[in-house]
Amino acid sequence: MKPTETDGGEQPSIVATATDEDGSFSFEYDDDDIEITHRERARELFDELIYKPAIVAVKDRRTVIGGLIFLGYLLMGSVGVLFYPAPTSNQVDRSIAPFSTMDAPLGSTAIGEDVLSMIIHATPEMLQMIFAGGIFATGIATLIGTVAGYKGGRIDRAITSFSDAAMSIPGLPLIMVLAVVFRPSNPWVIGVLLTINYWAGLGRSIRSQVLTLREAPYVEASRTMGVSTWRILRKDIIPNLMPFILVNFANAARYVVFTSVGLYYLGILPTSVENWGLQLDVAYKNAGALVADGNLYLLVFPMVAIMGIALSLILLAQGLDRVFNPRVRTRLAGESESITDDADEQRSTELIH
Amino acid sequence: MTNYYLQRTARAILTIWVVITATFGMIRLLPGGPLAQLEAKLLRQGVPAGQVDAMLQTYQNVHPDKPIEVQYIDYVVALLQGDLGTSISRNKPVMSIIADALPWTIFVMVTATFLIFAIAIVWGALMAYREGGSFDLFSSAASIVLSSIPFYVIGIALIIVFGYQLELLPTGYRSTSGIDPESGLLVFFLDALDHAYLPILSMVLAGVGLQALAMRGNAIQVLGADYVRVARLRGLPDRRVAVRYVARNAILPMYTGFLTLIGFNLGGSVILEEVFNYNGIGYYMFLGLDNRDYPLMMGIFLIITTALVISVYVADLTYGLIDPRITTGESNETY
Repeated sequence: MKPTETDGGEQPSIVATATDEDGSFSFEYDDDDIEITHRERARELFDELIYKPAIVAVKDRRTVIGGLIFLGYLLMGSVGVLFYPAPTSNQVDRSIAPFSTMDAPLGSTAIGEDVLSMIIHATPEMLQMIFAGGIFATGIATLIGTVAGYKGGRIDRAITSFSDAAMSIPGLPLIMVLAVVFRPSNPWVIGVLLTINYWAGLGRSIRSQVLTLREAPYVEASRTMGVSTWRILRKDIIPNLMPFILVNFANAARYVVFTSVGLYYLGILPTSVENWGLQLDVAYKNAGALVADGNLYLLVFPMVAIMGIALSLILLAQGLDRVFNPRVRTRLAGESESITDDADEQRSTELIH
Repeated sequence: MTNYYLQRTARAILTIWVVITATFGMIRLLPGGPLAQLEAKLLRQGVPAGQVDAMLQTYQNVHPDKPIEVQYIDYVVALLQGDLGTSISRNKPVMSIIADALPWTIFVMVTATFLIFAIAIVWGALMAYREGGSFDLFSSAASIVLSSIPFYVIGIALIIVFGYQLELLPTGYRSTSGIDPESGLLVFFLDALDHAYLPILSMVLAGVGLQALAMRGNAIQVLGADYVRVARLRGLPDRRVAVRYVARNAILPMYTGFLTLIGFNLGGSVILEEVFNYNGIGYYMFLGLDNRDYPLMMGIFLIITTALVISVYVADLTYGLIDPRITTGESNETY
């Protein structure tokens, strides 16, 4: 990451604190002493989270393509749902071939449902699951990884043991058993359920990143000034991990897509909502007939929908990883970015399922 | 060092114990489902209540009249003796179903995982050596596209193409009915292989992309390292540099991934085997889920978990042997 530019207004004025009324000298300061208006804080947040990543992101082709595809899905899930009618049986003629009529551009099923409509109306739930799962997995992983890595000692051992145990439970079977036990139908709950132990591996690699960060000079400076652990984590550690966390957000999202579609395909999740997995399931049950009749489009379109969103997430993850990781040493001298030597080899590449 | 091994062993046992306890709890949480239905059905058929209770107890090791801690101890003891209860839908001991199915799943998944790594290591290394060239660009794009397709989608596509359209390979099942080891070992093996091609291929295609990219990243990192430059400057032959210096160090970080991926893929077998109608443990786990056959479902869940715990355990224990630089038992200052 580029060193952040500082302008005077954001700097906590330690001098003012040092000359308090009682005259005692102290490096202590709390939030009240720092005069940052909400607007400034919002702008700082915007700079850190949106503006700077955006600037670097557009330099990488993969990020741009991935971002555009994902934007397409966002539009489909928000605006598209409002304007395109929901699928019902017999809304159009039965078994229309794709690209033959504007009533059903992607054709229709054997009971007269519009295939395009089915694909569009499956998107909102999918996006909700992605966000729920991604936020849950990366959030828990960040919390657990930073605390374990920074605190060390007994807390570290306890947290690491716990997350190692969670990591050793196979994700898919566990999710299936839980899905049968709890029968979730809310997409946000399903998203969380799908990443129920995904955070563990991620937390472990965040921890190993923190292990190198905790000895950094600026963290040590904060520590000697008596800044509280939470504040150090929030202000010094987590901002530096943000790129890594973003990359893994995209990876977790892809995992959610694959798993949820798989579970809907198996029919383990309740079938109250549209899902591409359901479409696959229905179509594949008659695979033999599909081939004979040339109705393969019923299988192909949901497949394309799954691939598209997964592709966009992978491109985003790969692109961001490259953009944010100046550590990847490249032999091509002209393209090499600044090389830092603090790299520990535990990079995001290890975490991919 | 010994301390680390002891701790690690204790942790593995602890994990399995936690999972056993969790399944014990979940069986009791499950909606009354199968047992209640079965009980009602048997009572309706005029089977005496006492006999019904005795029958139900042999399924699942649930004895509702005993105190919970006695039930728990019975459950754990039964598991340790290899008794996973009786499958309701199959009317057979869960253990015998697993013993029949597990070798098939392990065959498919271990072969697939092994192939994934073998291909990924070579492919990734080639990409790294030609970084920036058109081969690298094309391969990177191909591996990204491949990994954007879930394995079960690839599986469905392969079945459609090779099974239904070209009619080259069977569309499902683990062997042709009528062919078993008695009809000649070679015939049996070739038949089993015929049925395993597509499942293995779909796992490999879906899994190889990301691993190849990971290998590429590792290899690029190693290629830029000072010791490789020094080795080159010393005039060592390229081949020696490639094998002894680059390959070794680039493959090391992937070792743990290899063993954990086997366990991870065992979990994925539930979807894969359902797509291929392949009678491995994943297939039976889904059967258990679908029929609310909880003993079968939980038994297989326990087996898959144990397999994953053991493979991660082995990975952790052997990593120190493979990479002597790893120092275990880190001691960090507490803040």
